[in-house]
Amino acid sequence: MQGSGIEVLFLGRNFLRLLEGLWVTLRISLIAVLLSVPLGILFGMFMTIKNPITKAISRVYLECIRIMPQLVLLFIAYFGVTRAFGWNLSADISAVIVFTLWGTAEMGDLVRGALISIPKHQYDSAYALGMNKIQAFGYVVVPQTMRRLIPLTINLTTRMIKTTSLVVLIGITEVLKVGKQIIDANRFDYPTAALWVYGAIFLLYFLACWPISMLAKRLEKQWR
Amino acid sequence: MEDKVQLEVTGLVKKFGDDTILDGIDLCVHKGEVVVVLGPSGCGKSTLLRCMNGLETANEGTILLDGEEISSDGKKITQLRQKIGMVFQSYDLFPHKNIIDNITLAPVKVQKRTKKDAEEQAEKLLARVGLSEKKKAFPRELSGGQKQRVAIVRALCMKPEVMLFDEVTAALDPEMVREVLDVMLELAEQGMTMVIVTHEMQFARAIADRIVFLDNGKIVEETTPDEFFTNPKTQRAKDFLHTFAYEKRRSENNNAV
Ligand SMILES: Nc1ncnc2c1ncn2[C@@H]1O[C@H](COP(=O)(O)OP(=O)(O)O)[C@@H](O)[C@H]1O
Ligand SMILES: [Mg+2]
Repeated sequence: MQGSGIEVLFLGRNFLRLLEGLWVTLRISLIAVLLSVPLGILFGMFMTIKNPITKAISRVYLECIRIMPQLVLLFIAYFGVTRAFGWNLSADISAVIVFTLWGTAEMGDLVRGALISIPKHQYDSAYALGMNKIQAFGYVVVPQTMRRLIPLTINLTTRMIKTTSLVVLIGITEVLKVGKQIIDANRFDYPTAALWVYGAIFLLYFLACWPISMLAKRLEKQWR
Repeated sequence: MEDKVQLEVTGLVKKFGDDTILDGIDLCVHKGEVVVVLGPSGCGKSTLLRCMNGLETANEGTILLDGEEISSDGKKITQLRQKIGMVFQSYDLFPHKNIIDNITLAPVKVQKRTKKDAEEQAEKLLARVGLSEKKKAFPRELSGGQKQRVAIVRALCMKPEVMLFDEVTAALDPEMVREVLDVMLELAEQGMTMVIVTHEMQFARAIADRIVFLDNGKIVEETTPDEFFTNPKTQRAKDFLHTFAYEKRRSENNNAV
């Protein structure tokens, strides 16, 4: 029975296994995003403090996280830290930590950008109307940064979903790894399996990220 | 104009770093009085107004509003600022709020008035400046002159006792200057206490009860508008007025020939 080979996707639990594999990275991304957003907001506010010491600290953190490939960070967290301190971090926890560190840096930079884009005069007119600092921040600054930040945060989420596929390299069985296993197991019966499996993975990623990107586009248009 | 002193500046010194911008300013504004502050660019006019409502902290001297000192510490300054409206050159309305919400935000959140009360007053004020039909519009849909009129209304809705205007027409296209100045003239007629910085000389002459001429951080001349424009005492005031008098000089020359 040599058809197109697409049947390989539906043999046994194959398709379900692919979905489970995707869920592994989606779950890591979502947890990392949920942690990164509040931490990033705090970090972004921290970065706008006009103090040479806090500025230096945040600059070093941001640059380190940005210069290092995420893969190196993953290796450091999973192999390095585990060896050095004898902590037994699971691969999942290491991944969440690394992607949260990364997401916090990226989110922080977005928040900083949004905050400094608010002209000084917006603060002045809020104060001139008798608002205190908290009121000016809450009623004038935050709403204006939100409309800038929501689309950017959504884009960060899709980047996160794509980048977390790196966790395969610290031994986490995510969707690509599952795909590889399916291809290897069916190499003989289905020579075209690779095409279908990777095609399906492409589609799954697309289905996971596309609605998110569309949402970002719509919000961006709506709030221009 | 009454005798009651509304705003009193005594010995005001303001420095930015090593630069002394205001060097001992004494100025008294009575209730219902309109004081116009003139002076060359960079002489510290904006800084003076910003000190008057605590946006800048003075290095020395005192500023009293109704006998209460304006210093930039916490709770008290926000209460004092509710009595001093200020309008800036760049009509910084809040872009995320429509016109009526721009105007009622501070009355509701700061003064804790009811939304209904604030909106009623806002609508009355908008009608007075001819912008009733714009109340649901967003700032980006308004012209510069309209935005500036809304900014004035927004300040007035706090029921201030004093209004500060810092070159409110300087960023406007010429054909929109008039509509904003008319609003200010009407305010003056109704007895609002005002301190105005402007480069519109004819307007200054028409609206002012008193002209204060600032140069190098000091008040170098303080007199009535007629006296200032026809018979300035100091050379610096003469030089300053000359920069606004191209046409006049040319016609004088023509007559002489
Ligand atoms: N925040 C500030 N920091 C440093 N210098 C300032 C600041 N604000 C104003 N200045 C300086 O103070 C001087 C007076 O400014 P300003 O009051 O804006 O003048 P004007 O309104 O009369 O044109 C200028 O030389 C300006 O560069
Ligand atoms: Mg100025």
